Order: sequence, then structure tokens, then C-alpha cells
Amino acid sequence: MSDDLLVVEGLKKHFPVTRGIIFQRQVAAVKAVDGVSFTVKRGETLGVVGESGCGKSTMARCIMRLIEPTAGSVVFDGREITGLSRHELRPIRREMMMVFQDPYASLNPRKRVGAIVGEALEVHKIGTATETKRRVQELLEIVGLNPEHYNRFPHEFSGGQRQRIGVARALAINPKLIVCDEPVSALDVSVQAQILNLLKDLQKEFGLTYVFIAHDLNVVRHISDRVLVMYLGHAVEVATRDELYHHPRHPYTGALLSAVPVPNPELARARQQILLEGDVPSPLNPPSGCWFHPRCPRHHPGVCDVREPQLVAAAGDHRVACHFPLERWPMNAAEMAAPAASASTGAGTATGAP
Amino acid sequence: MALLDVRDLHTTFRTDDGLVKAVDGVSFTVEPGKTLGIVGESGSGKSVTCLTIMGLNDRRSASTSGQALFKGADLLAMPKNELRALRGNEISMIFQDPMTSLNPVHTIGRQLVEAVHLHQDVSRSSARSQSLDVLKAVGIPNAERRIDDYPHQFSGGMRQRVMIAMALINHPDLLIADEPTTALDVTTQAQILKLMDTLQKEYGSAIVMITHDLGVVAEIADDVVVMYGAQVVERATAEELFARPSMPYTWGLLGSLPRIDHDVERLAQIPGTPPSLLNPPSGCRFHPRCTYAMSICQSEQPPLASATGSETHLSRCHLDQATRLTEIKKLESGHFAEVT
Repeated sequence: MSDDLLVVEGLKKHFPVTRGIIFQRQVAAVKAVDGVSFTVKRGETLGVVGESGCGKSTMARCIMRLIEPTAGSVVFDGREITGLSRHELRPIRREMMMVFQDPYASLNPRKRVGAIVGEALEVHKIGTATETKRRVQELLEIVGLNPEHYNRFPHEFSGGQRQRIGVARALAINPKLIVCDEPVSALDVSVQAQILNLLKDLQKEFGLTYVFIAHDLNVVRHISDRVLVMYLGHAVEVATRDELYHHPRHPYTGALLSAVPVPNPELARARQQILLEGDVPSPLNPPSGCWFHPRCPRHHPGVCDVREPQLVAAAGDHRVACHFPLERWPMNAAEMAAPAASASTGAGTATGAP
Repeated sequence: MALLDVRDLHTTFRTDDGLVKAVDGVSFTVEPGKTLGIVGESGSGKSVTCLTIMGLNDRRSASTSGQALFKGADLLAMPKNELRALRGNEISMIFQDPMTSLNPVHTIGRQLVEAVHLHQDVSRSSARSQSLDVLKAVGIPNAERRIDDYPHQFSGGMRQRVMIAMALINHPDLLIADEPTTALDVTTQAQILKLMDTLQKEYGSAIVMITHDLGVVAEIADDVVVMYGAQVVERATAEELFARPSMPYTWGLLGSLPRIDHDVERLAQIPGTPPSLLNPPSGCRFHPRCTYAMSICQSEQPPLASATGSETHLSRCHLDQATRLTEIKKLESGHFAEVT
């Protein structure tokens, strides 16, 4: 059995933009995810960060085969799952589950908690009715809810409690992988901490593997073993948590880190922020060369706007897609703007013209 | 003299389920040119406090008492027309959601010009040039061209800039910002916070910043008010609050934040959920969730009193000073990780 539970290679999802009513022709494509590769080891948590619209959720849905990827391969537990039929996918669906962002919209308001949590057991025809009930009550207890609440409806619970129900549902059939899509961003801080602690405890207890998607860098740092940074449908940096937060190599990661508010007035006022200009470009018409070059403080005309950087190893397990990766961290704005003159330093991405 | 002096503010809503005390005896002051941060979780009454001050609550269901003195005049007792002359002129407000607070069927320019004309008797061309200036000041690229664009042609961050432009166009003395960066990404949030800071220095406006993010408060506030269950539970300067937080709720809030500047294995969670304002707990509002709760906490509400001997640092808690000081010391060393 290999160490890697999930191996994603060159995953792409392009949404077609069509014109015409009867004869629809494709005029363009929104490149929501455009060639993302990464692996997730058994028992670890891979954090995925990026701003809204960078393709995090689309990627998660492709991995789960909730939407069909346009290209690329997803190998789950040694088995290629792209291209499998619904029937073939069924046993694999038992091993991967998802926790969604909005605890208000992701629970069916007309179903009782018992039916919601037990639905997966029913779908996969596991156990009798009494066994299901016992299992559901056990699950409710595991996630810190009262098993007596089996017969209640979702509206009788608060946001944090609903998210616990979502977690219980994901645990029902003992999955190997849980993909959490922004599970805490709709919650208040004090409740957010409860859910994060719960997820960590469950991981220890059941040896779960998480893909944890969030836009909050503090949360991702707290929960992840390794972190993937996405920008405009691309993976720009992958590294272990400590590497990424202490020695970010990609200018975008640096800018993200420097933008995070720190709850400490002295630190917050003393540090140098690297402010990015403008907004994330549209994935309908992404920039040439490096996707980040129009906003990048280290942008080198003639290099960055021409050649697309590849995600290559910078040091050990640390991979970055940049022609001029950061030499050290922290940097101030002036140092950011002046990368070492030669493009061949660092990742060695500049070998030969395309 | 304080620019805004809020004294014992109460707001009650009549609902089908009974009376909801959304604001219960809130007092604070805002000094000219300074920034006050109001932090709290959802439902703690922070937004309603500001809507009440601005006179924007639904008059049919809300009843209000207390005082909100703006330059000495009570906003709550003011006739409607006088209040209308102040709003958008001397006091203005930025709302959380930049997607819904702009009118989608009018151009940005037209909406800005309207804001000028409401309060200044100037020609159309001068109002337009003022609008253009303020759009440039908030950093809209190609302002000359974009002034005739509609809101949907702007991104979220750009719309929030337009909202700020509109709030600042009449050079207000007080700007109330209700979660202005919550709907934005971190990099955009950093841009907007920086912008507010620069503009505050330029125009000398005081800012009341409502937020649930303690990080944002640390970033820009001079003074902080922490709200819980419709009441102020702690009030201090930003330095004091983060260096010597003096009551269990604030400890819990700081401890429950995953932080980029240091690691903890487990977050210090606050058990339970925020109280219902329909039927708030007796005594101290926080006692059902407080790990330090004593029997007095259930029966008697603690007053907002000086916590650490400092005049500017007040908090609502029955714990005696010595205990609090030792707890603060303990928390400092453990980065608030051992609260629970």
C-alpha cells in the first residue's frame, strides 16, 4: 500500500462559455482549474489556500467527481477515478466524503438529523434500521451533540451545531478522506475554535486524511501539515506548513502572509506589508506568461509576461512556480521589487526558451 | 470634548416572540481623529448600536433610550430633518456588503454627485469634479473613465472603495464602518485598511470600526470596545486590551484565534454558544460559558469597572483584581492556550 492516499496530476476544469440559442458554439472557456498537481499522504492534512475565485472549490468538486474534470488524473488509494462510471464509482464514494461551507444550506431542512446523518448508511445498504439508529447516535456523541437530538430538525440547531451534524454525516461510513470546503468560515470565532478542535481530535482518533480548503491563512496554518497555495486556477506553491509560513518562496504567498491581520497591535504596526495592486484577473482571459505577473512586485518584463513558470522543487519537498522566487523572508517592499538579476537563480525554471 | 459620547444606550425590538434587548446599556466615547474598534460575535449588538446612533432602526418595532451626543447635540432626540442634514455630511456610514449598498441602475458618478448635492449647494460640474477627486483619492484607476460605469462593472474591492469615496465625499468628522472588509479577500482587505488609515490622516475623520476580527482591530484601532450579549464587557485602549485582557470572554476570544505568529496544538475554545437576547442569562451574561464562574456570577450583574487600575481600562467581571492579574500572567506565558 502506497503512502499517498490521493495523487492529483494535471487536473483541469474548463467551463465552456457558449453563444447562440439553438446552435450553441463555444466562444471561450473559464479556466477555473488549469493544471493542478499534488499528493496527499495518508493521515495528513493538506491545506488549500487562495482568494475567492482561484478555483479551490472547483478543484475539490473535481476530486470528489461531483463535477467532471476536463483533463488530468485523480488517483485515490491506488485507483484512477476519472473515467469511472457511476456504478464503478460507488464503492469509492464510501471512502471519500465532504463537509461543506454553509451549515445552513447543506442540511436538508425537511429531514430529521437522524435521517441526514444516516443517509449514507442507507445509500450504501449498511446495516439494519436499528443498527443505523445506534450508529447515528454514536456519531452524534462523537461530534459532541446529544444523541437524544436524533429526531430534531436542522433549524433547531445553531450554526456550530449544524456544522457538527455535517461532520457526523461525513464520518458515518468511516471514510478515508474528508474534503472540507471552508468548514469554519461561516462561524463565529469561538465556535470556529470548537469545530477546528473537533476535526483535529477526530483525525487523531480515526486516522483521517483531510483536504482542508480555506481562505483564512491562520486557520490553515493551525490545521495543516502541508499547504497548497492557489492563484487563478494554478498551484503556485506547495510546502510543509512550517516551510511555507517561515520561508515562503512565491511573491504571492509572501503578499498573502503579510496581509493577514495579526491580533497584536505592536506587531501589526511594526511589520512591513506588501500590498498587491489591483484585483485578481478574470479566469476567462488570464494574463500571458506567469498568471500573477500583472500584480507581482517582482515582475520582470520580458520574462514573467512571456514564459509560464512550472511548479518545480525549490528545496526538498518545497515546490514553487516562480521565475524569481523569494530568497528569504520577511522582506520589505523594496527588497521584494528587486529580485536577483539572473533568472537562472532559485528554481532553475529559466533553462532554455520555450 | 469627545466627538461622540454614547451614554447608557438601550435598544429594544418588539418581535413575535417577545422583546429583544439588542443593546443594553452601552456607553463609549469617540475622540476626534481617533479610531474606535467595536468587536463582538454575531448577535452581540454591535451593528444595532451603530444603526441606533445613526437613527436607522425601524421606528415601528424599535424603541430606544439613552443619549448619543455628537458634538454635544443628542442624535437620538434630534428632529428628523436635522438628523438628515448630519447624515452623509458630518457623520457617514460604510456598510458591510458592497454588492448591495450601491444602486445598480445608476452610474457611480451619478450616485456620488447625488451625495454632494444633498449637502452642498454647488453646480453640477463642480459636484462632478469633487466626485472625480474623491474617486482618485480612494485609488480607482482611470477614474475619469470609470466614473460613468455602473456598479456591476466594478469588482468587490473596487465597490468598497466607491463606498468609501461616497462616505468621505462631504468630509465627515465621523465615519462609521460596519464590517467594511468582511466580504473581501485578505489582500484586498489589506488594501482597504491601508486606504482608510491614509484617508483618516488626510481628512482627520474619527472612525468607528465594527468588526468580528480581532486582527483587524489590532491593525487600526486606538481604542476597543468588546461586546457580548448586547453589553459592553470590556473597554480599553488597543495596547491595553491585547497586552492585558482582563476578563474571561476576552481571554477566550484571543485564545480561540488560530494565529499566524505562534503555534498551539489545541485552540482554547469557549464552550457553548452566544446567549439569546430574547431571554438573556441572569447575572453576568457570560457566566454559563465561563470557566471561572462563581455563585455570585449567576445572581448579580458585574458593573463595568476599572480592571487593572488603569482609568481607560474597564471590564465587567466579578473576579478580584489579584486573581485576574495572576491569570493574565499565566495566559501571557501560555499565549492564552490554557484557558479551558
